[in-house]
Amino acid sequence: MAEASQRAARIALAGVSKRYGGVTALDGVDFACSGGSIHAVLGENGAGKSTLIKIISGVVRPDAGEIALEGRAMRFADPASANAAGIVCIFQELSLVPDLTVADNICLADPPRRFGLIDRRAQRRRAEAALAAVGCEDVNPLLRVRDLALSRRQLVEIAKALARDPKVLILDEATSALTAADVDKVFDVLRARRDAGCAIITISHRMHEIEAIADRCSVFRNGRHIETFAQGARGPSEIVRMMIGREISAHFPPKPQKRDRPAPMLETRGLSWEHSLSAIDLTVGRGEIMGLGGLDGQGQKELLLALFGVLRGVRGDVLIDGRPVALTSPTDAKRPGVDIALIPEDRKTEGLLLGMSIADNLLAASLDRISRGPFIDRAAAARAVEDGVRAMQIKIGAPSDAVATLSGGNQQKVVIAKWLMTRPRVILLNDPTRGIDVGTKQEIYRLLRQLADEGAAILFYTTDYEELIGCCDRMAVMYDGRIVRELEGAAMTEHAIIASALNIDAQAASGARA
Amino acid sequence: MTDAVQDAAPRRRLSPEDRPVVIAAGFVLAILALGTAYTLWTQGTATLLSPTYLLQQLQVGAFLGIVAAGMMLVILLGHIDLSVPWTIAASAMTATAVGGPFAVPVGLAVGMGIGLINGCGVAYLRIPSMIFTLGVNAVAQGVMVAQTGGFAPQTAATPLMQYLAVGKIAGLPAAVFVWGVVSLGMVVLLGRTAMGRAIYMIGAREAAAYLAGVPTRRVIVASFMLCGAASGLAGTLLAGYSTKAYQGMGDAYLLPAIAAVVIGGTHILGGRGRYLGTLVGVILIVLLNSVLSIMQMPEAARQVIYGSVIIAMLLVYGRNDKVTQ
Amino acid sequence: MSGGFADLRIRARQSAGLLTAIGLCAALYLFYNLNHPRGFSSAVLIQNSNEAFALAMVAMAQTLPVLLGGIDLSVGAVLTLVNVAASHVMNGGPLDMALGAALCMGLGAACGFMNGCVVVYGRIQPIIATLATGAIYMGVALFLRPSPGGNVDADLSWAMTNDLFEMAATYGFAGNGEAAWFRPFAALPTPLILMAAVAALVWLPFARSVTGRTVYAIGSNEGAAYMSGLPIARAKLAAFTLGGFLAGLGGLFLALQTSSGAADVPQAGAYTLNSLAAVVIGGTSLLGGVGSAVGSLFGALVLRAISFNFRIFEVDPLLQPLIEGMVLLAAVSLGAVRVLRVRNTLDLFR
Repeated sequence: MAEASQRAARIALAGVSKRYGGVTALDGVDFACSGGSIHAVLGENGAGKSTLIKIISGVVRPDAGEIALEGRAMRFADPASANAAGIVCIFQELSLVPDLTVADNICLADPPRRFGLIDRRAQRRRAEAALAAVGCEDVNPLLRVRDLALSRRQLVEIAKALARDPKVLILDEATSALTAADVDKVFDVLRARRDAGCAIITISHRMHEIEAIADRCSVFRNGRHIETFAQGARGPSEIVRMMIGREISAHFPPKPQKRDRPAPMLETRGLSWEHSLSAIDLTVGRGEIMGLGGLDGQGQKELLLALFGVLRGVRGDVLIDGRPVALTSPTDAKRPGVDIALIPEDRKTEGLLLGMSIADNLLAASLDRISRGPFIDRAAAARAVEDGVRAMQIKIGAPSDAVATLSGGNQQKVVIAKWLMTRPRVILLNDPTRGIDVGTKQEIYRLLRQLADEGAAILFYTTDYEELIGCCDRMAVMYDGRIVRELEGAAMTEHAIIASALNIDAQAASGARA
Repeated sequence: MTDAVQDAAPRRRLSPEDRPVVIAAGFVLAILALGTAYTLWTQGTATLLSPTYLLQQLQVGAFLGIVAAGMMLVILLGHIDLSVPWTIAASAMTATAVGGPFAVPVGLAVGMGIGLINGCGVAYLRIPSMIFTLGVNAVAQGVMVAQTGGFAPQTAATPLMQYLAVGKIAGLPAAVFVWGVVSLGMVVLLGRTAMGRAIYMIGAREAAAYLAGVPTRRVIVASFMLCGAASGLAGTLLAGYSTKAYQGMGDAYLLPAIAAVVIGGTHILGGRGRYLGTLVGVILIVLLNSVLSIMQMPEAARQVIYGSVIIAMLLVYGRNDKVTQ
Repeated sequence: MSGGFADLRIRARQSAGLLTAIGLCAALYLFYNLNHPRGFSSAVLIQNSNEAFALAMVAMAQTLPVLLGGIDLSVGAVLTLVNVAASHVMNGGPLDMALGAALCMGLGAACGFMNGCVVVYGRIQPIIATLATGAIYMGVALFLRPSPGGNVDADLSWAMTNDLFEMAATYGFAGNGEAAWFRPFAALPTPLILMAAVAALVWLPFARSVTGRTVYAIGSNEGAAYMSGLPIARAKLAAFTLGGFLAGLGGLFLALQTSSGAADVPQAGAYTLNSLAAVVIGGTSLLGGVGSAVGSLFGALVLRAISFNFRIFEVDPLLQPLIEGMVLLAAVSLGAVRVLRVRNTLDLFR
């Protein structure tokens, strides 16, 4: 910490604490980040990272302790005052307004003005400059944010933050939906900002990204600041140990030995939809974990939705256990005899009923199973809730607590438990470990392998290559709505995935690293 | 084993769901006390506390209560039904026109039919309920005006209708019994059935309910049909009360029904609320109206008091959380 | 990629609702004039503008809370209250009337401000807050005028409800309306000019201001607006206050048009509900964040044009409510076309 105090820290916290009801989110935290450095903050969900940056960016106020910006003590009443002081944060839940244009969003709080009204032409010029800075020239500033793909939206969010020329820039999982190429461009911009003197704090669960970009790392655990060190001073398993507080031996559960081709449980023939899916032929066997890889937005999400009955006008056939099935709605997909489950992309708006209790959420997909006729069997319901909590080892106070009080990892466990109660034979997962701490991720990997061993067919989409390689028995790489390559066993390497993802021939790829 | 599947928290302390009910009940008592003080002062009698008076209030409240019950279902979904005024009138007019033994079933059927249209427009066409039910209300009015020539229908209400509205069973008004049956149905539906659970889920977040495999469209249509049936029942009874149907007979029931549901603690955006609260809300509104009548308040002052009471109660417990993220 | 043509396409697509409303209004009004025995005449246009003004104002007033994602059930009551107040004060000398007009406009704004306070500081949902405040405003209106009556200056009434020529003649400028430079404008109905003026001088500057844009942002994603440091409370208060002001303008004009004030409860209800229909027809989304008061203005004109058409076709008066209802239902169901084209069911849920 001595080096940090030599150059007066750009932003420094001393003795900061924050409590939410009975839960201590931050406990006497000292933290400092200097100008001209990129500082990564690591820790599990519930470690206090989110609270830390919410305090720095003015969203919440600390119960105790002091914040100093460039040596001067500050008190932020709201995000606006933090912004005014030069602290800008890019949150995990994007802060873009969907129905306003890109230009409006980039200049949202402080637009160029003429005669007191917003000067649209100047605003557009500013937006174009900001977009170019993050390599996003293809986005027309007149488009509504709502009409952009998620990765473009994240880039607009980053462009918006950079356009304010902040003294302190905070990124909270800001690259989670970006492709590797986008991430490289953004990192170049961040490095340029750092060299120009900006203090950058970044939170990410992607170790390889942290290794690529960070100068210093801080580990948090249970609301306490454990240690700060220079990037590279500690190895990944040491870091994980600091985060979790216990030794993690294997990262992924072992895969079963290669056996004969298992009986197909899920099969698609010629599945097509709009422009997003063309002639998908896919087979997932009983007990197999099949991964979907490729660049973001190549149809992986649409494939999962199509298999769950959410899309209309899907052509082609889907067979479950050899029998063709009609999938016109999730109700169809869920019904006994078909038994498909989907863990959706966004747990806050699609996976959970945030206003309701943990028990209500757990039972959400099983209403027919706990009913006798039209009436709910309360005893069966209570049993099911208990079983669900126990099976997933979800850390809760009482089942009647609001599900919104749980941490991200536990919330995801509730979503998964909800579906396990329906005893699915086919499990579809859409990026299930995004924004989840390492410990819970491990539990989920183990659970998936266990479910596969019990005979389920699992189709699993993730943007994390490590996960893809570590978890899956087979994988299908998608490009432009088609499956371009199927990989299996030892052939599943990051190199092969990237090559297929970029639709490069395997031979040509060996000479050109993506 | 804790009772983990209630729609309210365990009764160790007053949960956020119980608070509005208790506070509303408190207001009811306050109004009774105020009214009694007034009558004691001016007439020397506590007329408000007499059983006859209270029963009479319940009888008047039954009509509003039945409408509010149906409205609560729709509000729990996160929707609203603005077609109540002319559903009431249309059911009443059709019931009296049909007459005979089929009068009451026809009244209910008309209400259900309008509810079916509402439900389909909202669930399948995805038109915001506020504006669709408004349109349906206008069409219902149009149909009735065309049918009746703009006058009140001359046919009288059937004896059964009159009996249900005005008659007595074992000393208690029959209308209150009907309200009681409806209330029992609501409690069972919301608290004990899968459909009731689905209603709360759709109100909480429709996308998540849909992705959990809940047949959301069918539940929405069914709820609007029940709401329409409730309005139809209320209209049929009202025709019995006045012995005939008349134009605009349902207009006075729309806003008080919404107010009763909201005062009773049901969140206007859906997903939260207990039927007991709606019951108390109806009683509160009916009593308030009645006390103001006894005090011979002019209409102007009544409106101001009505509005102020609603705001006052909502300030106590209808407030939203501050938007922080 | 910012070619001029590409930009135009994007803008057109985003303004689809507004353009549809304008088109519909033009088509209906054209049809009306073609079939009217005295169609395309100044007298008809003046009468139509008079009848449309109050609804147009109320529709614009309703747009603001709807953009926030809420609704204002008190617009009809505010209109009535200001109408009634105007029937008391819009008489006497020019100074009296000027003060009276200022008072009325201030009253409308004050009612809107009170709505805003209940919503922002009371943190009560707009639909139920305005339900309650509407009752209060109606009560005050009933107190001010238990039965219809009042006294409105005849000259002002005449000047405001005819064409510009009459206004010039009444108040003696532009050579009593005869001046040559004035000739091209003389036949324009004053209410129409007033509508355009309100849209251009009140609404458009507001929409282009930071506060106005904040209103849109709140309706689209309030959390994001807060995170970006936008002045949420100020924008909500401004929106409701402006809404009350516009509704008040409608009430003031109504007083000039009818030369009296009446605390008519059913009429207030009708204005409120029609304002909602006008807002939807005009392309503003009830979910908030999308739309414009100009669209609502045209939505109001569409509603009025429909009823004008009824008159000339001598539709059986008994069938009129039915046809009006069906047209309303059809108009708001236009949005359902979108649903049929949606391919991903999740897009249907906001």
